[in-house]
Amino acid sequence: MNELNTPENNHSSRSTGRGTSFLLALRRFLLVKELASVIMLVVVILIFYVLSSEFMSLDNLRVILQMLPELGILTIGVTLLMISGEFDLSVGSVFALAPVLNGLMLFSGWNPLIAFILPLIACLGVGALNGIVTTKLNIPSFITTLGSMMVWRGIVLVISSGFPFPWMDTARPFQRILVGDLGIMRVSMIWYAALIIIFWIMLERSRFGNWMFAVGGSSRAARALGIIPDRVKICSFIIVAFLAGLAGMVQYMRLEAPLPSAGTALELDTIASSVIGGAALAGGAGSVIGSLLGSVLIRIVDSGLILAGAPSYWFRVFVGLLLVIAVAFNRLVERTIEKVR
Amino acid sequence: MEQAALLEMIGIEKWYGRVRAVQGIDMKVGRDEVIGLVGDNGAGKSTLIKVLSGVYPPDRGKILWESKEVRLGSPRDAMQLGIETIYQEPALIDKVSIMRNIFMGREPIRKVGPLRWLAVSQMARESVKALEGVGLELRSPQAIVEQLSGGQRQGVAIARAMYFKTKLMILDEPTNNLSVKESRKILKFVTDLKAQGIASIFITHNLQHVYPVADRIIVLSHGSKVGDFNRADTSVDELTSLIVKG
Repeated sequence: MNELNTPENNHSSRSTGRGTSFLLALRRFLLVKELASVIMLVVVILIFYVLSSEFMSLDNLRVILQMLPELGILTIGVTLLMISGEFDLSVGSVFALAPVLNGLMLFSGWNPLIAFILPLIACLGVGALNGIVTTKLNIPSFITTLGSMMVWRGIVLVISSGFPFPWMDTARPFQRILVGDLGIMRVSMIWYAALIIIFWIMLERSRFGNWMFAVGGSSRAARALGIIPDRVKICSFIIVAFLAGLAGMVQYMRLEAPLPSAGTALELDTIASSVIGGAALAGGAGSVIGSLLGSVLIRIVDSGLILAGAPSYWFRVFVGLLLVIAVAFNRLVERTIEKVR
Repeated sequence: MEQAALLEMIGIEKWYGRVRAVQGIDMKVGRDEVIGLVGDNGAGKSTLIKVLSGVYPPDRGKILWESKEVRLGSPRDAMQLGIETIYQEPALIDKVSIMRNIFMGREPIRKVGPLRWLAVSQMARESVKALEGVGLELRSPQAIVEQLSGGQRQGVAIARAMYFKTKLMILDEPTNNLSVKESRKILKFVTDLKAQGIASIFITHNLQHVYPVADRIIVLSHGSKVGDFNRADTSVDELTSLIVKG
């Protein structure tokens, strides 16, 4: 989860007495990056458990597990990009772009394999473009990707004329691969778990992951140490756009419709779930496990509110509150650590 | 000092647009020499150091490293030769652990077949050694750099430079912003470096800091070298008036 609680780190402390070792243990506990989201997760589960007897049912678990991968896969990417110190507001549009391209190609009778792979390659291109424009022209990524959000959503609407292409039977094999039914969950949950493991290793155990933290933490220091910030950032933009396309394909296969409106407002939900999971807006902090916890929280709030009979408008209210509480909690923890020092 | 110098800069010149920041500077550094580089603001100290650490290429002049001419196109080139620069604000990533900072950009890798990943336990072990090497006692190499004091941060940057077998350490105003006690530690690092055969260039405004530890003191003014003394041949007073008069 965090390098502070991996096994090889436990030989380090030089405690002198019981008091010090308690303080050290407290520090270590507080330093767990995902602490806020774990506590909130427990609290939210308790609240909904009290509000609705259905909440702890298998049916509800099924609903949560079916929808989780779509948000979760994208949140991994958004978290990684935030660690590198940038944003991507265009993820919602890219989320719709890949399915609409696939729908168009299948409708035009293209080979299904090509129609599946090409849209994802297009997403890589969108990410590269976002990254190159942001770093080489030195434009804040907020602006670059706000522009690209509008451009790609517009293109999606132009391609589809605002209506989804009809569902084609040629998409069935890919439907089975991406979202085949496994009872309590869909295959997408397995893809999501695999991506979590892959990107955890990349972030915590590879040079590139180490450089993401460096570039997001301080571009100047990273450069002085021989790391090339632009290269790291462009790669991060490519990763997030690819994951956005993939997440969009997962939802499209589940709904059996390449909706031109898919992913609207998703960019804000994913930034919220990243931040709830401990990613810092200023860059240089965050974790893949945190992105999982943040996504789970948002999905639980969504289904919990429905079960509790609240109008769906309350969803935004709750997510907004969680977001602010998470950040406030992390600030509080930082101050406590300063005192325990 | 008859043996070949570690570093020789000959006729270094650097312009920023139409402003000449440094002109015709010659400078030699011996293998375990401590050079004090002093001068007022705008004297050209920082520019000269940036040329030497690979940040800016010089517009004119030659750099000889161990008697061979070299081109320093990037900080990486300088680091590969064994030139490390410790800035007033050391190049550290605050939210990352000490051990990750020590190996940042030069991480050890473990390989099995086509797979490769960070050798995290090796990083932890080696950073403990590196920190002990500079006499820095820290709770653990996993501590986050953000939680360290200014002097400890300098210590981590110096430990990193030492670990990677630096031959020439450039210290750019390292005692600015430090308490008296912490400054004294940095000065001790400098004398320890000499004992280990590592040369250093110590840039500062503070003659009281550099005078006791330097073998030679070079004075810059308005982009030119105006003095180059063995410590024994000069005094703080003489240096001060040279800096003030230019």
